[in-house]
Amino acid sequence: MKTRILIVGSGMGGTIVANGLARNLSHELRNGDASLTILGTTNTHLYQPGLLYVPFGRAREIELSRNERSILDRRVNFILDPAKLIDVEHNCVECESGKIHRYDYIIIATGSRLVPEMIPGLKEGAHHFYDLEGARKTREAIDNFEGGRVVININVPHKCPVAPLEITLMLDEHLSERGLRDKSEIIYTYPIGRLHGLEPVAHWALPEFDRRGIQYETFFNTKEVDPVGKTISSEEGDTLSYDLLITIPPHKGAAVVEASGLGPSGWIPTDPKTLLMKGSENVFVVGDTTDIPISKAGSTAHFEADTVIQNITHLVQEGRWARQYDGKVFCFIETGLSSGTYIWFNYETPPKPTPPTQMVHWAKLAYNRMYWLSAGGLL
Amino acid sequence: MSNRTTIDARKAFCPGPMMELIAALKTKEIGDEVEVLSKDKGSSNDIPLWTKKVGHQLVSNEKIDDYWSIVVKKMK
Ligand SMILES: Cc1cc2nc3c(=O)[nH]c(=O)nc-3n(C[C@H](O)[C@H](O)[C@H](O)COP(=O)(O)OP(=O)(O)OC[C@H]3O[C@@H](n4cnc5c(N)ncnc54)[C@H](O)[C@@H]3O)c2cc1C
Repeated sequence: MKTRILIVGSGMGGTIVANGLARNLSHELRNGDASLTILGTTNTHLYQPGLLYVPFGRAREIELSRNERSILDRRVNFILDPAKLIDVEHNCVECESGKIHRYDYIIIATGSRLVPEMIPGLKEGAHHFYDLEGARKTREAIDNFEGGRVVININVPHKCPVAPLEITLMLDEHLSERGLRDKSEIIYTYPIGRLHGLEPVAHWALPEFDRRGIQYETFFNTKEVDPVGKTISSEEGDTLSYDLLITIPPHKGAAVVEASGLGPSGWIPTDPKTLLMKGSENVFVVGDTTDIPISKAGSTAHFEADTVIQNITHLVQEGRWARQYDGKVFCFIETGLSSGTYIWFNYETPPKPTPPTQMVHWAKLAYNRMYWLSAGGLL
Repeated sequence: MSNRTTIDARKAFCPGPMMELIAALKTKEIGDEVEVLSKDKGSSNDIPLWTKKVGHQLVSNEKIDDYWSIVVKKMK
């Protein structure tokens, strides 16, 4: 009997799973014993980590995206038709076009979306760099900035755990390069009582911030922004004025997940080891969409994808499981415009940042280019 | 009747138990409770401090074996 595999979402996780399965199941796909379909909302595959460089004019936009078809294995059936309803009881997905796809295994990789509208005034008053349009506008705002107070405001949950520190440290150096640092204050706000969710990273960042004269307000959970009066206030009762407000807005999972009743706020309850949706035996979840309490990052999506590729391959070919996900996450951290460090951790091992070097910065830049090989299944 | 949800952050090094709690509370109704299970001693100090600052209610903060169970009720 033919095994129908359906992937929803052609971002980082979905694309890696599709290419990995196409390679491993080439025999079954050729013989017609398996089919592999991926549903997407767009033809453009955006390399989101590259957005970090856009506000500083350090990325060529043309390098940040590719045509999705061009990075997918030719054996994968790519359909540009967003999922409208994922019906896990009846093993089928209804698309916007009305077409229904039935499956034996489904991989949900619909990522996360920005919901600045959850905080009154945030959308109107703040810049962000979490999509291309936002990053371009942030670049314009930074270009026009002539000194004053910049507030960098972090909300949760958000993807890419280290982006808050990266944008802050890069902005510090960028303003110095432009001769504006002496005329500017940078204030970083963070929801909990330290500079970062990961304790070792918070300890590492503190002396770095102090050395650079970056101020911080911790326990700052954004309540509202007044875009006219240019102030931002917290649930904890603090208010800051700003000349330039850069935010990482809160996120939710994809709307289709909520609409299908698969998880509150679009996060799907997922077994941290098997990556199966809780209570299911054929619904896999990859990337930002899971509710596993680990970082929402491209590397998480990648390592999860590797686990799912192996397990589905073994299930199809031998009817058994191959392995479990160990919670591995790896993040490069840009610590300025020409230095970087990295962290890795898993469910058992905490992260340990090492002193920044220029070498790691180059490694991150090199990875940014190699991403296309990695998503394409070649690395 | 208040609803109680549990977040098992005992194996979470990121984004950290308190971040998980804050994110969860955002999606809850007033009166709902969120329980966080955490091995991070810092959480058992930080969460009560923050809860008081923001104006939510700390329902309990107990050490069980090698982890803490902290229950917070959403008040606003
Ligand atoms: C500025 C920035 C910097 C970052 N830096 C890093 C970094 O340095 N390192 C790192 O590891 N990670 C980084 N990340 C995070 C990383 O990009 C994400 O965590 C990763 O893309 C998650 O992969 P995903 O497959 O879960 O989601 P995505 O890659 O976002 O893909 C989800 C896909 O699902 C599609 N979709 C949504 N709804 C539907 C539907 N109804 N039907 C069909 N398709 C749907 C979307 O259109 C999208 O294409 C960064 C992110 C940003 C924004």
